[in-house]
Amino acid sequence: MKVAITAREGSADSAIDQRFGRARYLIVVDTDTGQTDTVDNEVNLNATQGAGIQTAQNVAALNVEAVITGHLGPNAFRTLSAAGIRAYTALQGTVEEAVEELKAGRLEPVESADVEGHW
Amino acid sequence: MDRTVIAVASGKGGTGKTTVSTNLARIAAMQELEVSYLDCDVEEPNGHIFLRPSIDNTTAVSVPVPVVDEQKCTACGKCKEICQYSAIALLGKTVLTFPNLCHGCGGCLLVCPTGAITETGRNVGVVEEGISGSVRFVHGILKIGEAMSPPLIRAVKDRILPQGISIVDSPPGTLCPVIQSVKGADYVVLVTEPTPFGLNDLILAVEMLRVLELPFGVVVNRADAGDEAVFDYCSSESIDVLARIPDDRRIAEAYSCGSLAVEALPEYASLFESLLKEITCVRL
Repeated sequence: MKVAITAREGSADSAIDQRFGRARYLIVVDTDTGQTDTVDNEVNLNATQGAGIQTAQNVAALNVEAVITGHLGPNAFRTLSAAGIRAYTALQGTVEEAVEELKAGRLEPVESADVEGHW
Repeated sequence: MDRTVIAVASGKGGTGKTTVSTNLARIAAMQELEVSYLDCDVEEPNGHIFLRPSIDNTTAVSVPVPVVDEQKCTACGKCKEICQYSAIALLGKTVLTFPNLCHGCGGCLLVCPTGAITETGRNVGVVEEGISGSVRFVHGILKIGEAMSPPLIRAVKDRILPQGISIVDSPPGTLCPVIQSVKGADYVVLVTEPTPFGLNDLILAVEMLRVLELPFGVVVNRADAGDEAVFDYCSSESIDVLARIPDDRRIAEAYSCGSLAVEALPEYASLFESLLKEITCVRL
């Protein structure tokens, strides 16, 4: 399964970025093969509005099945849901640790937006 | 008199835009000039506190937002591409619209090749019109929680008459709402205060007006309360200081009671008279 994780730095040992729309990087991990790719999300960092929607569309274009992030606003949640992408919350730790937690079934799926827009 | 639009703006908030605008409007009316006061600070309009108008007309203002007919949509993505505000997303064959992000430009409607997009209105606030003595009064009130103020500001400015003086009380800052407010003005008055904050934001406002190529001058409020840096900046940039309003406690007291300086303290009438004359006779 391919998973996108929001990250503060561009590598798998980076801390998870708690913000979804304005995350600095997306790390794409294939949990079956262990292959890791880094996607720069800087363009959405300074978006005046709609960062969550844009990032969610970018994530959808990566053909991932799931996202691991800190918090999701209402627009990002709606966009990810429309793309059929499940989201999981990881409030601390690194990208690698979060993937291990997900594989072990210890991450909670996000059922609704947990923060307001422009968080 | 031909149409004269004077916008009153500032970078920093709380420098005295409304004090200058409302007093200018009243002084113009005292001189029997035809004058309108338009409060474009629609997020928190406060000119009415001082002018105390009687309102005789209220109009709801809406922004056109897209509605997508899924039967006609081919998921080509053209609407999503043209939208600069991320108000349309395309996921596979699903088009999502986000009306609260839509600026109502109509671009998606124009580019849709199958006519799948129509528009519906989303209410953003109201425009109220009335009269305060002989000052014609217009202001916009943005709906609480609404972020899209420029369309409402446009609706307020649509009420500018083809003749007489129109004083446009702008919101603070240098973003879209301010640009929407000052656009088309014949002259802009930038109100500032002689503090480091006042200067910092004045510079931003000056840079904005220079890009917009609008003529402007500066009014320094509480002029003797801070330092000389604002005056030094204006002189080094060849910017005219049109008036200095002193740091007089009585002006603040009148303000706190919702009174106009020119009414509560008649000795200030001449200050606003000369400011109005400076703008209308010398600058224009």
